Amino acid sequence: MSRSNKLHSVAAIFDNPDKVIFAAEKVRDEGYKKFDVNTPYPIHGMDEAMGLGSSKIGFVTLFFGLFGGAFILLFMWWSLALSYPLFIGGKPFFSLPAFFPITFETAVLFACVSTFIALITVFFKLPFNNHPLHDTDYMKQVSVDKYGIYILLEDEKFDKDKIIELFNSLGASSTELIYQPKEEKYSMFQPKYLIFLVFLAVGTSASTYLMLNKLMYINPFNWMEFQEKLNPQESSLFFADRRSMRTPVNGTVARGFIPYPYKGIANPKEVLSNPTLPTTSFLKLGKKKYLTFCSPCHGNFGEGDSRLNGQFPNGPTFHSDKVRNFKDGMIYHIITNGQNSMSAYDRQISREERWAIVDYIRVLQRAKNAKNSDLEEIKKEPSTND
Amino acid sequence: MTNNDTGYIKRTLPKNVGKLGIILFLVGAITGSVGFFLDPARASYSYLNSYLFILSIAVGSLLLVAIEYAANATWSTPFRRMSEFLASSLPLLILLVIPLLLNIQNLFLWSHSEEVAKDHMLQAKSVYLNTPFFSVRVFVILLIWSLFYYLIVKNSRQQDETGDLLMTKKNNKLSIIFIPVFAITVTLQSIDWIMSLESRWFSTMFGVYLFAGITCSALAALTFISVMLKEKGYFHPKITKDHFYSLGTLMFVFICFWGYIAFSQYMLIWYGNLPEETFWFMQRWKGGWKIVSLFIIFGHFLVPFSVLLSHPSKTNFKKLKFISIWILAMHFIDLYWLIMPGMNGNGLNFSFSWMDISFLVATIGIIIYMFNRMFEKYNLIPVKDPKLQRGLDFHL
Repeated sequence: MSRSNKLHSVAAIFDNPDKVIFAAEKVRDEGYKKFDVNTPYPIHGMDEAMGLGSSKIGFVTLFFGLFGGAFILLFMWWSLALSYPLFIGGKPFFSLPAFFPITFETAVLFACVSTFIALITVFFKLPFNNHPLHDTDYMKQVSVDKYGIYILLEDEKFDKDKIIELFNSLGASSTELIYQPKEEKYSMFQPKYLIFLVFLAVGTSASTYLMLNKLMYINPFNWMEFQEKLNPQESSLFFADRRSMRTPVNGTVARGFIPYPYKGIANPKEVLSNPTLPTTSFLKLGKKKYLTFCSPCHGNFGEGDSRLNGQFPNGPTFHSDKVRNFKDGMIYHIITNGQNSMSAYDRQISREERWAIVDYIRVLQRAKNAKNSDLEEIKKEPSTND
Repeated sequence: MTNNDTGYIKRTLPKNVGKLGIILFLVGAITGSVGFFLDPARASYSYLNSYLFILSIAVGSLLLVAIEYAANATWSTPFRRMSEFLASSLPLLILLVIPLLLNIQNLFLWSHSEEVAKDHMLQAKSVYLNTPFFSVRVFVILLIWSLFYYLIVKNSRQQDETGDLLMTKKNNKLSIIFIPVFAITVTLQSIDWIMSLESRWFSTMFGVYLFAGITCSALAALTFISVMLKEKGYFHPKITKDHFYSLGTLMFVFICFWGYIAFSQYMLIWYGNLPEETFWFMQRWKGGWKIVSLFIIFGHFLVPFSVLLSHPSKTNFKKLKFISIWILAMHFIDLYWLIMPGMNGNGLNFSFSWMDISFLVATIGIIIYMFNRMFEKYNLIPVKDPKLQRGLDFHL
């Protein structure tokens, strides 16, 4: 780097950390304000020796941290609650606990990056990115195994000879005059550098575009990908409504399936009769399915005391006279068709399982309204679990 | 032993400090035992709250000592004795736990055999949650902690006289064993004493949550006492603000850690939205408890966080004193918030009782008295510790 005649600073090299701490204290006591110390590693106690207060960089970190957190919170509110509301797990659109981790991460990201940028901006005095200490013997030594101090020209008490004398009296092993670099122009704004940046930007964008939109779609074998048929949801010009998916002809019945005749009727005049036999294994199936599908609202014993109490409308009890007088087919009908706020369960519970549930509900009703004579019968039977 | 080459001069605290401890203890103990006659259920809960408070400070301080040895930290060596003093109530806890075990029926639903017979979940848990196993577990854990306290502190004191390097090595090994043992035992204790109050509730993060609170309170107690002693001139003159800055930073870190754990526990339960987990938080969001919950969010995290955030505030004695007392108070309120809503099963509205305070007063009395006693007997800094000189010379 070629240098001008303009002085930047006077620098001194010291051989060990004790000397440099001592020297920093003396330089501080002499009343110099604009000086700095360079060491190969952080030295404990240097802040105090140089008379530094606490760093102001924390305010930059705080401001940008808060800014980043607020920004991303606002962004999530806008994108997830306002612009394109999305149901996620049944939560409210703007649900703060879910946004906290992202807010935290973004606040940290903004804080770190802004702190780094602020540091190099202040240190290099951007856009000047060519620090006068670069490429000096002084810098080469202090970044390996020596300890150095330099006092800047801007200091009020700056006097070249006096400073050199001071450094020598403090035991400096060598002193050095550092001059400003010659180029007045900011090297950041040199055409060569700017053209390089433009090429870099264009090259990165173009290669990303090619990679993601072209290269990744080059298909070595496309024998299976494109076939002479229509996929679900595709449009077709063959039919007038341009749909490729057709609905079956009215009255179509799947093989081996008899449709439920009273589907969609709220209070059917007649219902199916129960075709099953309440064997032990069948009742066990009924119990399992009852506990899975029915008990969340109707309660484990059909008393309408659900464990979701208060979160949904309570299911009614099965032990009222009305329900006890229902025919088996009526209960089957309600499971199949739904009633009031209860939805139809025919998609989730098979026909056989529905009848098993009906039988199990009968068991619950019998147990709840047991007669004295039932006890006699139980005594006769051998005791079994379940 | 009064004078030595580190420049430390042994002094004793004013006589009324020990008396103050005894008076506080007596006032608290007498009013508390009256409480046990008037309302045993409430008194057992209040007693449990204060018991866990003193347990937090004692075992947390022992953990700080162990961390210092295990990490070979030098800056904290001058502070180590104070943590040892604060941990000195650990062996007392074995006695103090007896009233709780006698009142176990007032505290835990699972200790009632007729309740267990009714509830399938309690039956399934009864392998672990039953009175004999519980009592054995509590005693064994307290004995383990006291044993480690006894060994570590004995070596540390012996070094004051002999200056034997071997003691540091021994304690290093002991500490490395103690830290994982502590992790397991503190998790068990948190489940036993707090989580099983509401026997149907569970959270896998609960042990860590209590650990965060314990460490916060132990650090706050250490900071408060060291600042007080420094201000009154009992502490070594070479202890500078750089030492206190490090203490403040550590406190700040654990406040952040507490916030992180508390939020994570809440968020997982909030996201899962399962009725068997959420009821615990719902209960603490009803009536007066809502105010306590909000106060904990602000008081246990936001206030200490913003007070300790800036660089100068970590060296400001006034602020450090204020915030360490604040954190201790918040830890007590946090324990209150964990324990009290479980009283009588569930759904109790927020209510305050004079017994809560009387047991706390007794607890503080014990801590002051024990600290004073240790202070009279032993040196405030480990005078012949090999790391001491580096600790005193510590600079940022």
